Amino acid sequence: MFTEAPAKRKTYYEELQDKGYSRRDFMKFCTMMAAYMGLQTSGVAQVAEALKTKPRLPVIWLHFQECTCCSESFIRSSHPIVADIILDKISLDYTETLMAAAGHQAEEAMHKTMKEHYGEYVLCVEGSVPTGADGVYCLIGGKSSLDILHEAAAGAKAIICWGSCASNGCVQSAKPNPTRATPIHKIIKNKPIIKVPGCPPIGEVMAGTIVHILTFGTLPALDGIGRPKAFYSKRVHDSCYRRPYYDAGLYVETFDDENAKRGYCLYKVGCKGPSTYNACGVMRWNAGVSFPIQSGHGCFGCSEESFWDNGPIYERMATAGGFGIEANADTVGKVALGVTAAGIAAHAVVTNLRKGKNIDKIIAEGKQSEHELNED
Amino acid sequence: MATVTITKPHRLRRVFVWELPVRVYHWLNALSIMALIATGFYIGDPPALLSGKEASDLFIMGTFRFVHFVAAYIFFFNFLFRIYWGFVGNKYARWKNFIPTNKQFFSDMWTVIKTDILMTSAKDIHTIGHNRLAGFIYFLTFIAFGIQCLTGFGLYSATSDWWFPNLFAWVPSVVGGDFMLRQIHHWTMWFFILFTVVHVYLVFYHDYVEGRGEISSMGGGWKFVEEEIFEADKESEKEKK
Ligand code: HEM
Ligand code: HEM
Ligand code: SF4
Ligand code: SF4
Repeated sequence: MFTEAPAKRKTYYEELQDKGYSRRDFMKFCTMMAAYMGLQTSGVAQVAEALKTKPRLPVIWLHFQECTCCSESFIRSSHPIVADIILDKISLDYTETLMAAAGHQAEEAMHKTMKEHYGEYVLCVEGSVPTGADGVYCLIGGKSSLDILHEAAAGAKAIICWGSCASNGCVQSAKPNPTRATPIHKIIKNKPIIKVPGCPPIGEVMAGTIVHILTFGTLPALDGIGRPKAFYSKRVHDSCYRRPYYDAGLYVETFDDENAKRGYCLYKVGCKGPSTYNACGVMRWNAGVSFPIQSGHGCFGCSEESFWDNGPIYERMATAGGFGIEANADTVGKVALGVTAAGIAAHAVVTNLRKGKNIDKIIAEGKQSEHELNED
Repeated sequence: MATVTITKPHRLRRVFVWELPVRVYHWLNALSIMALIATGFYIGDPPALLSGKEASDLFIMGTFRFVHFVAAYIFFFNFLFRIYWGFVGNKYARWKNFIPTNKQFFSDMWTVIKTDILMTSAKDIHTIGHNRLAGFIYFLTFIAFGIQCLTGFGLYSATSDWWFPNLFAWVPSVVGGDFMLRQIHHWTMWFFILFTVVHVYLVFYHDYVEGRGEISSMGGGWKFVEEEIFEADKESEKEKK
């Protein structure tokens, strides 16, 4: 599918017309994208203009340690144009999962893009890189994923880390991380990196990130850990439709209780929405059908750093290991409080023994004054 | 006890130790921290509620959080004020009472530990302001105040549009996100609980063992020091100069 580069790269709009989309479809798509990206109405025209005039962006999409759920999510995003145009038809010069080419052909296509568009292409990475045992845990075409990443990153304009694997290591980097699975930003230090975490990220969020780069030619504004602010600046908790129950103090206690049936807040059964920044509450999943909380399951914080190691999924407080038994802050605190109380009691007893003389002196002195006042 | 006879009772000098701003600071601080602990416990683990009311008629978590945040603001600005007062307040309020800068500080601290904690020394220590150990513990406490303000406002920033809390928006990324931040915030609370218990005990202890009006000092600002000790202190101050 991508073995021959066309003489002149078509614009997105041209490709769309070839595919049989009407202008109306096209404008709908632009409007939707602009809305997701949080642009003003004038932004719609900007998006449309960019897709009409700009030739397609060369993209290399690499897969390392991952399950391909990010690609799955992407091609299922609510608007067909997302899959058709951004992914399927035009943009991907190399992606193991979806390209038609195989073997040497595919390798060639990738190298061609890397050479022809050196410094221009966007490198999308899905999956983490195992750095243990010289990278043998993930070899593609005889090369380690670490080598492939370094090679592909060298000429990239920017790197997009799709999903939690590439952004923070996800499940394969959970303790004890046997393969030393490593997220991209810990390996590549000299390129702009956008993290689009989630397990998987929402398709529209992925599309929105790419469309932003296309439209403005710049990276979207990023938050403190490198996620596009347009999609990751609000907590799931702050856009959750169960929030009124949270504020009221009405919680599901167990998944089979009456409160669960009534749709109360899932805070006490471990919902991580209060610590998780993502757009689930607003965009939802599968064309806006639902999202985990709507299905009665707490958020488990998939878009946050090392979310597999942030404690049990179905409990509020994370536990701290290393105490023989797993203990959380309150357990440790209560024990410490008990020890402190015992210490104080012992100290009070010893005080009366060891300091008895001083204390007696003060008391006697006070009493003497008392007597003096009582005399006569 | 009655066998001890006092030939000449001590004359006590009244020394003004805690100025009004320090006292107001102390009680605002104590009250806000107790409110923060109580509401923090609720936020961390709200008990099951038996109520037939609709969610629209209830605002329990909302109220606890509101109180937490009001107390948090009081706590924060009160703390800022105390930092400032450490530069302009009287001798007993100054930073050099808290921050160990020389060897003498540590050897004094050791003396206090021997006298008041291990009780292996029967010496009578007569610091007029904070004793060295107390001063140092307060210094650690001030650091914990700082941690609690950073983590607290770091958590709060995402929920506020006001510029002030947003000054703290950088905090979550330093520790890797809100999960870790909440953990630190929650663990640090236990430091305050333990501190408060020990602190209040020791205030009573000093009052009992020394008889210089320790407890009431945070009320009126005075401590009462034996004349001889007062004179001796004056001498040693003069020598220093
Ligand atoms: C001595 C001081 C404080 C104590 C003991 C304290 C205690 C707590 C505790 C125990 C929690 C529950 C944490 C959890 O289990 O998830 C909490 C939550 C929180 N605290 Fe504090 N806190 C203090 C100061 C502050 C300050 C200065 C702020 C600044 C605004 C603050 C803001 C917050 C926020 C935003 C939350 C999370 C509430 C939510 O997401 O609903 N706290 N605090
Ligand atoms: C019944 C409760 C309390 C009493 C009677 C009390 C009394 C006192 C007294 C007498 C001092 C001066 C002691 C010294 O120099 O070592 C003091 C200092 C201090 N107390 Fe308390 N206290 C109480 C509760 C609290 C609480 C709940 C906190 C906060 C967690 C607290 C924090 C402090 C701090 C930080 C200082 C140092 C003051 C400064 O110079 O800035 N106190 N307290
Ligand atoms: S279900 Fe989760 S995200 Fe929704 S209000 Fe409750 S705690 Fe927050
Ligand atoms: S609700 Fe939470 S765990 Fe679920 S997809 Fe959204 S961010 Fe991830």
